[in-house]
This record gives sequence, structure tokens and C-alpha cells, in this order.
Amino acid sequence: MSLATTQSIAEIKARNKELIQEVLKVYPEKTAKRRAKHLNVHEVGKSDCGVKSNLKSIPGVMTIRGCAYAGSKGVVWGPIKDMIHISHGPVGCGQYSWGSRRNYYVGTTGIDSFVTLQFTSDFQEKDIVFGGDKKLVKIIDEIQELFPLNNGITIQSECPIGLIGDDIEAVSRAKSKEYGGKTIVPVRCEGFRGVSQSLGHHIANDAVRDWVFDKVTPESKPTFEPTPYDVAIIGDYNIGGDAWSSRILLEEMGLRVIAQWSGDGSLAELEATPKAKLNVLHCYRSMNYISRHMEEKFGIPWCEYNFFGPSKIVESLRKIAGYFDDKIKEGAERVIAKYQPLVDAVIAKYRPRLEGKSVMLFVGGLRPRHVIGAYEDLGMEVVGTGYEFGHNDDYQRTAQHYVKDGTLIYDDVTGYEFERFVEKVQPDLVGSGIKEKYVFQKMGVPFRQMHSWDYSGPYHGYDGFAIFARDMDMAINSPIWKKTKAPWKDVPKPKLLAAE
Amino acid sequence: MAQSAEHVLDHFELFRGPEYQQMLANKKKMFENPRDPAEVERIREWAKTPEYREKNFAREALTVNPAKACQPLGAVFASVGFEATLPFVHGSQGCVAYYRSHLSRHFKEPSSCVSSSMTEDAAVFGGLNNMIDGLANSYNMYKPKMIAVSTTCMAEVIGDDLNAFIKTSKEKGSVPTDFDVPFAHTPAFVGSHVTGYDNALKGILEHFWDGKAGTAAKLERAPDKKINLIGGFDGYTVGNIREIKRIFELMGIQYTILADNSDVFDTPTDGEFRMYDGGTTLEDAANAVHAKATISMQQWCTEKTLPFIADHGQEVVAFNYPVGVSATDEFLMALSRISGKDIPEELARERGRLVDAMVDSSAHIHGKKFAIYGDPDLCYGLAAFLLELGAEPIHVLSTNGNKAWEEKMQALFGSSPFGQNCHAYPGRDLWHMRSLLFTEPVDFLVGNTYGKYLERDTGTPLIRIGFPIFDRHHHHRSPVWGYQGGMNVLVKILDKIFDEIDKKTNIAGKTDYSFDIIR
Repeated sequence: MSLATTQSIAEIKARNKELIQEVLKVYPEKTAKRRAKHLNVHEVGKSDCGVKSNLKSIPGVMTIRGCAYAGSKGVVWGPIKDMIHISHGPVGCGQYSWGSRRNYYVGTTGIDSFVTLQFTSDFQEKDIVFGGDKKLVKIIDEIQELFPLNNGITIQSECPIGLIGDDIEAVSRAKSKEYGGKTIVPVRCEGFRGVSQSLGHHIANDAVRDWVFDKVTPESKPTFEPTPYDVAIIGDYNIGGDAWSSRILLEEMGLRVIAQWSGDGSLAELEATPKAKLNVLHCYRSMNYISRHMEEKFGIPWCEYNFFGPSKIVESLRKIAGYFDDKIKEGAERVIAKYQPLVDAVIAKYRPRLEGKSVMLFVGGLRPRHVIGAYEDLGMEVVGTGYEFGHNDDYQRTAQHYVKDGTLIYDDVTGYEFERFVEKVQPDLVGSGIKEKYVFQKMGVPFRQMHSWDYSGPYHGYDGFAIFARDMDMAINSPIWKKTKAPWKDVPKPKLLAAE
Repeated sequence: MAQSAEHVLDHFELFRGPEYQQMLANKKKMFENPRDPAEVERIREWAKTPEYREKNFAREALTVNPAKACQPLGAVFASVGFEATLPFVHGSQGCVAYYRSHLSRHFKEPSSCVSSSMTEDAAVFGGLNNMIDGLANSYNMYKPKMIAVSTTCMAEVIGDDLNAFIKTSKEKGSVPTDFDVPFAHTPAFVGSHVTGYDNALKGILEHFWDGKAGTAAKLERAPDKKINLIGGFDGYTVGNIREIKRIFELMGIQYTILADNSDVFDTPTDGEFRMYDGGTTLEDAANAVHAKATISMQQWCTEKTLPFIADHGQEVVAFNYPVGVSATDEFLMALSRISGKDIPEELARERGRLVDAMVDSSAHIHGKKFAIYGDPDLCYGLAAFLLELGAEPIHVLSTNGNKAWEEKMQALFGSSPFGQNCHAYPGRDLWHMRSLLFTEPVDFLVGNTYGKYLERDTGTPLIRIGFPIFDRHHHHRSPVWGYQGGMNVLVKILDKIFDEIDKKTNIAGKTDYSFDIIR
């Protein structure tokens, strides 16, 4: 049975507060003071989770965070499939981010699509000393020659570019002109900028605004016949096909998806987006910036949605339909009704196996809250959550719509804190990333990667929910967890905090 | 709707359903502004031609799909080979997230490493404060016995001086003055991960042997009978180092494995997370100065470390990732010569078994053409073994190979009648390899996981040997060195050859006359 159902909220809160004090003891005083602001126990009715966020990580702790380059190239720009994204700088950043996010796409790789290729300027010492602009010019020429069907190029700056003062904007402008107005986008996403991936998302959004949208005037005609039902999916990276299992629902309810960002996206779709009637935004954190911009400049409203788990899907379909006429509203109801038998069957099968199980999460900028509903649909309870790179507004959304009283909240958790929390809370499942996966599995705690879906997916939409349920069941109920202790050593440890 | 609770379809099958296929086709046609399919086909065919190859090889600035990573990855890999050592990367934190992910994806193991989390202010003012705070925090939190510092390109571009920074940090009380903080400058824009391995290892040995950055007396060498062994950057470190230890023990040799990370990348699942496990003890690292000799299994991973060791009075011997009969013979004979110990009968029998296996199977490999890519030493070791099997390693490509490597490879080819049509390609990438495979096709490709794109595009079956291997599990647990390792490599190659034969002969009533059950 879950901890929460066997303990009073007051007891849980007291335990969690004690836990926080306990982990802080290990730090030097100055660090403990700073970390204390990022750890809290959620109080019902509060407008946010009571933690500071989007602040610098502390040197020497094992932060789970990445950098601005990861946010721009790895998340926002990388999945745009018909453009070539140059990792501009030394070889490493491009190599480590090569093919690692599973942004599914359809295309002829290396000919008209380029997502799973690694283009780099492979900076050498002489490039650092003399600057890399000339090399960049040559690289763009070589790309044009060897990959003639590319529809555009982005330049993803790695750390040295900003430090040595290269003028990648000037190169982009000059080469764009030379190649007849070709879209060439410099992105100043050097890894030292900001405190996490998050600034990289923002910088990438600004680059879309300045180098793609600024070519599109509010009056310019779309390349297709517009309809009143044109929408754009914003902030879905198509991990394991997420955006596809989302898109199909929107289309079934009668909407027309004219663009998909950025998983399986194309430059034409980016350019078409300002012609949408509504932008529907899944990952608020990474793409609210460009959605707000389109609202201001093009007058396009945007709404957040959440396609994890049937409760949130239903809520979201109705919310989106609310922006349209009765035809779409009826369409939403039709979609909900169509998939209800699937939902019922999935819940009937998996809920009995998962009821009462507790989960601790730690992921990027949307899933620590978005997936909570999906767990709840399966009778599970999220007892701790936090963001790698969330901002205050993420924690507000979390507090107001997702977490329960007494939930343990940890912003930019350090490896040390996360391990202690899991050790003491003993959840039935941890959902986090590759760097955390093996740590918890060694501890005998079932785990699912909630960035990459552990190479499964999709998890979005109704089709994705069935996979999500199956995966959580297989993680928690795998017989292997009964074997982690050798039988001759298998003296049951008293559950520290469960009052069973 | 194809999805059901009883038979859950995931991405493998779900999107093949007609409703998704229709949706994707509409998306493409109406919104993607797709290229004319005929034009896509034309360019696809053009990219297979000698003309394209020529343009491709004329590239001077662009790198596409390189088979190398950057220095700090190698530094982290070497550092965790020492007892309770926490790697500390001075620079921005995103890099460390990448190294940890990369190693975890290959070994399916936790990978612990911290950074000094430098941001814009550190870029302007230098990262000294990050170092002072960072060392104090990691020392208190993770209770390491040693913190091994390396750098990212950011710290290198702004010119942070590790020696001075660590000294100042100690003065400020971040860690005790006698706490071991070896360091190495590992700029990402010089060399590759093998260079980083070399620099970090040298940094650690230098720390212990040459007076701990001026805080202790230099060690006086008092020669003993031990032999040091350095594995180098190696995706098979878990299996290989254990195999080497077994061989040493069979021969009765006293040894020290330097940077022994075989246990930290292979901890048990038993309810406990071991952040540190195994590793060369700090005492052994220091005492390694007294050893009789140091053997490096990878020359290009120890280009600076070996001369440093030689300068301290030891014999040094470098191999090139020894795989197969002759390479293992040479390795064992060197061991025997240096240690004065005989090669035991048990190893001779293992040798005979490998030769036996090669006799039994060489007919299936003889004359087959291979392409190989990877780190310089790995390429050499695999090519040498293929030549031994009567195969032809036609294209051998190493993105981080240099001119000297090329010469050594060409000398190897020249030494065998099977090497006459073989060619080494230093400094080239996997997009070059793609052109090679189209214009001069081979039967099999040997390389890491990224080779699957080449397998898909060129139809050359991929035998996965190298680093990283992300999409197959547990290969790193089996050795590829020694006679036993040679056996593993042989089986890997043969399995692929037989799988391919079966794949080509499995059409019932058409090609299955050769679908043999006995081979």
C-alpha cells in the first residue's frame, strides 16, 4: 500500500520536512543555505510549490541539468528535419547529442532529412586562435554542395564561439544573401549561457522569431488554402512518436494541423505557423516564448494542453474545442467517446496491478507535472516531484493543478538529495533520466526514463496511454525485483516509514 | 483504431497502421513543402557515385558523423579507474551531463561526475570561485578519496590555471591541504577522448610521483617486480581488464592495473548503489613508479603517459589493442620476458583452442572484405586479426587517427598478402565512409552503434565492435583481448556472416536450397 494512504498528511509532511533538513546537513553552510530554498513540502492552497527555481546550480554538486546548447540544438532546433543543424565548435557537444532524443521523423536521411546526422565544425586549436567565421563560411558552401536538398541551415553555437567573439550573424546574413535568401539561422546557445537548458529554449525561440518569422509578414498569403480549423502543435518533440499520437486526435475532432513543432517538423511548417487559428502548446516551458510572440504579433491565441492520460486528454480536448464552433466541440466529444472503450480496457487491465503504488519524478520542464494525471488514472500517486529547469510559473502550474498536499518538491535536485529522498520515501517507481536510471535500479527501485520513455513510446494521446500503462506495469511488477537480494542475505529491511 | 489493452502496440507497429500512414502522407503533401520524389531519388543515387565521393573527400571544413568524442570524456573515463575518485570537470555543467549520459548509455551503469557549473559570470571573471566552492561541496557530499580535475573548452578558452586554482582552493579550505587533487588540462578542441584519457592519466601519475604539485617530496624510484598495465579508453574495459587480471594471475605476475575502471562500470544490482567501486588504490598509483615496466594496451591512448613513465626509469611497451593469435602471442611473450615468468600451459591450450576455432571457421571468413572504423588502436587490432583470418580489411578509418597511425596501418597492410588492397583513412568521418562503401563495397562493416546508419544506407551488414555501443546490450562484459577475447570476436563476426547467409537464403521455394542447418 502506498505511504500516503497509510499515513496522515500531517505525518507525511513532518517526515518530508525532516528529510529535507537531513539532506541539508551534508553541505557546507553556504551551500546548505542555497539548497534549502529549492526543497519544500507542498502546502495545499499555496499558489506555488514554495521553491526557488531557475537559479544557478551550485558548483561541485551532481546537478542533473544540461546547458543552453542542449536546449536549443538537442530540443528545439534539432528535430526540424529538412534543415541542417551545425554544432559549431568542438566535436563533443554534437557527438553526445547525436540521435539521443528519439525525435521520430519520416524522411530520406542524408538526402532530404538530416535529424540523425551529426554536422560539426570540429573546432581545432587554430580555430580558437584565429576565429571560426571563415571555416563556417566554407562549411556552409560544402553543405550546399554535398546536401543540395537541405531547406535551411542553423548554426548552434557551442561555448567557445561566444568567448572568442565570432560573428556568426554576419556569416549567416552574407551566406543567406549569396544563396538567394536561403534560411540560415545563427543561434547563440553557448552552453555557459543561463543556468540550464531553459535559456537555450528561449534563445532558440527568439531565433525562430528573428530569422524565420521576420520573413513572414502578417499580411503574407499562406502557401495553402486556409480553413477556420487550422491549428499548430507547439512544443511536442515527437519522442517515440508522441506528436503523431497527439496529432491524430486533433485531426479526428475536425481540426487541421498545419504545423508540428518541432518533432517531425519542417521549415515550411515553421513558416506556416503564423497562419494558424490557434496554437496548442504541450511543452509550455520550452515554447511559451514563441507562442506569446505569435499572440502579440500575429494575434494568434494559444492554449496549453496535456495529452498524458485520459483525464487530462478529455480536459484538453474540450479546452481546445472551446476555441472553436459546435462542429469541433461535437468532434471532441466524438473522439472522447470513440476512445472510451480503450481507456476502460487499459484501466481495467492495469489499474489493479498499479493501484496505490507511489512514484517519485524528476524530469525536465513539463513532465514533472504533466504525467501526474496519467499516474492517477492508473490509481498511482506521485509523492515527490521537481524540475531540472522549471521556472516559477511551472511550479505555480504544478501547485494549482497537479500536486497534492504534502508532496515533496525538489528543484534542480542534486544526485545526493535524490538518492537520500528515494532511500527514505521508498517509492514503488522512480521516473527520471538516463543518469539517474541505473543508480535507482541498483538500489532495487523500479525505474522508467521519463525523457526518452526508456526507448518505448509514444506516451502521448490515447494510443500512448496504453503503452504508458503497460510500461509502468512492466517496470514495477517485473519479477526481477524480487531477486535483488541473494536469498541467503534476504533479511527484510523494516520499511522505514510505511505504517503497514 | 489499432490500439488495444490486450495487445498494446508501441512505436514499432502503431505507426504502420493505415490511419497513421494516411495522416503522415497528408502532413507531408500539404504542409512539409516536400522535395520532388524524383529529385530525392536522383540525389540519393548521385550520392553513391565516384563523383560524389570525390567532392566528399575534397571537404576541408565540414565534418559529418565523426567517430570521435572530446577530451574530457576520456579524462572522466580514466579518473573513475582510481579508488573512490570523483571526476570534477572545470567548466560548464552541460558537458558533464553529456559525459555521464554517454557512458551510462554504453555501459548501462551509473556514471558519477561533477562540474564547477561555470556560467556567464565565470566566463568574464574566471572560474576560481566555482573551483573553490565546487571542491568544498563535492568533498563534503561525496566523501571521495581523490578528486581528479579536468577542463572543458570553456575553461581552456578563458585560460583558467588549474594548478593555481587548486592551490588557492586548498588555501581557502575547500579540501584539506594533503587531499589528492590531480589535474589535467583537457581542451575539447585538441585531439579526442583518447587524448583526454592520456592527459588525465598522466596528470594523476604526475601528481603522485612528482611531489603532489609541490606539496610533497618527489618519489624515489625503488625498482620492484611489478608490472603496470594501462588499458586505454576502451568500451570493453569491464571484460578486458578482468581477462588481463586472469592472465596475470595465471602467470603469477605481480601487477598494478592503472586506471582500473572495470568494477565501477559493472556494479551489482543488490539493493545498494555503489558510487565508487574497485579502482586502482591511491597507494598502488603512487607505488607504480617502482614497477619494472609499464605496458600500454593502446599506444595512441598513452602517447604522453608512456614517455612520462619512461622518464622515471621504467621500461615501457605499447600495444595496439591486441586482438587475435599473433597479437596475444606478442603480448604474452612481452609479459614473460619482462616478468621472467613462463607462459603457462593453460594459456598455450587457450591459444590452441582459438587456433582450432579459426581452423574450423576460416573458410567462411577467408577472402571476405571488411571496412572498419573506430579509435586508432582498436582499428589496428581488429585489422590485424582480420588479416590473420585471411580477410581483407579494405577500408580502415579513424577520425582521431593521425599521419603516424596511417603509416603504421599501411605497414601492417604491407606485411600481409591480404592487405594489398587495404587502405587507412586518418582524420576522416563516417560520411566519408559512406562514400567508400558505395564506391568500393565490402562484405561487412565493423564499428560502433553509429554504423547502423551506414548499414541502412549502404546495405553493408554491421558487426558491432567499438565505442559506443548503445543499441545492443552487455557486449562490454565480454573480453576482446587475449585468446578468449579473440574467440569472442571470432564468434561475433561468424554470427553476422551466418545471419546474412540465412537472410539471403530464407525464401521458401526460391533460395532456400542453401538454407543449411549444418555448416
